[in-house]
Amino acid sequence: MGLGAYVAVSAALFAIGIVAIIVRRNVFYILMGIEMILNAANINFVAFNRFGDNGLDGRMFAIFTIILAAAEAAVALAIVLNVFYLFDSVKPTEADLLRE
Amino acid sequence: MDELLRQRIFYGALALLTLAGLGMGLAAAGAPGLAFGLFASLTLGGSLVCVWERSVVRSAFALMATFLGIAGFFVLLESDFLAMAQVLIYVGAILALILFGVMLSPPDLGERKLSRVLGGLLLVGGAVAWVGTKVAATAAWAVASPPPAGDVRGPISSAERIGVGFLAADQYVVAFELAAVVLTVALVAAVYIARRKRADIQPDSGQEGL
Repeated sequence: MGLGAYVAVSAALFAIGIVAIIVRRNVFYILMGIEMILNAANINFVAFNRFGDNGLDGRMFAIFTIILAAAEAAVALAIVLNVFYLFDSVKPTEADLLRE
Repeated sequence: MDELLRQRIFYGALALLTLAGLGMGLAAAGAPGLAFGLFASLTLGGSLVCVWERSVVRSAFALMATFLGIAGFFVLLESDFLAMAQVLIYVGAILALILFGVMLSPPDLGERKLSRVLGGLLLVGGAVAWVGTKVAATAAWAVASPPPAGDVRGPISSAERIGVGFLAADQYVVAFELAAVVLTVALVAAVYIARRKRADIQPDSGQEGL
């Protein structure tokens, strides 16, 4: 399979990630959508690396993306815990403290 | 339309799409194409189920299929170390973190907003497809050489190259150390934020609240 197939799958995964963020009104779906988008980017990095000069740059990018995604998930879950304590809900539409 | 019928229609369509993807891959490139079709349908089908299902548990487990499919892509792209890291970190760690959130989230038992899901899929899919056709029409990706498919040394492990790249002074050692610092700071901060007592963050409990 060529580069185009990987890029097409990656674009579709990116689109579904965006849909998960904007359709489901729930913090966890936003988190999962972000993970999908990061994974779509990872597929692109590795595919372009493989079909390009087959060096290391793209794979290193993908590794750092995975590292940052892990850090992001941990921090985001901590924030979600606090938001849940504060608002008794995980819907982002109900976190409106600054509006008062 | 009742719930059961919707589920049947959705999963039936998903199964048909999966079969179509497998058949297309097999027809296009033989066995590697079949593997590609399998991983592509795992990835995209898992993410579609994740958007579709109403309970966070089911969505998280559907996301596991997505991550495993992407690990398969990494294997197909000869990045075995990345595939292993994908399984360990995403399936093992991040998914466990998301499943932890199940305790906070009641199941969404309201009416499934079919119009929102379909409308979002159509809108975003159309936008991405439009940008994709524009890019495909204009971009000239420099594919340096045809990938050495029949390499005589067989599949090369990328783990050794990545390890040397991480530690060689003229390659990625600075980024490696930076990533270590970022992970340490982020995880310590996450533990600190998550361990605060409920009373500390109620809005009427003084200055330390937010």
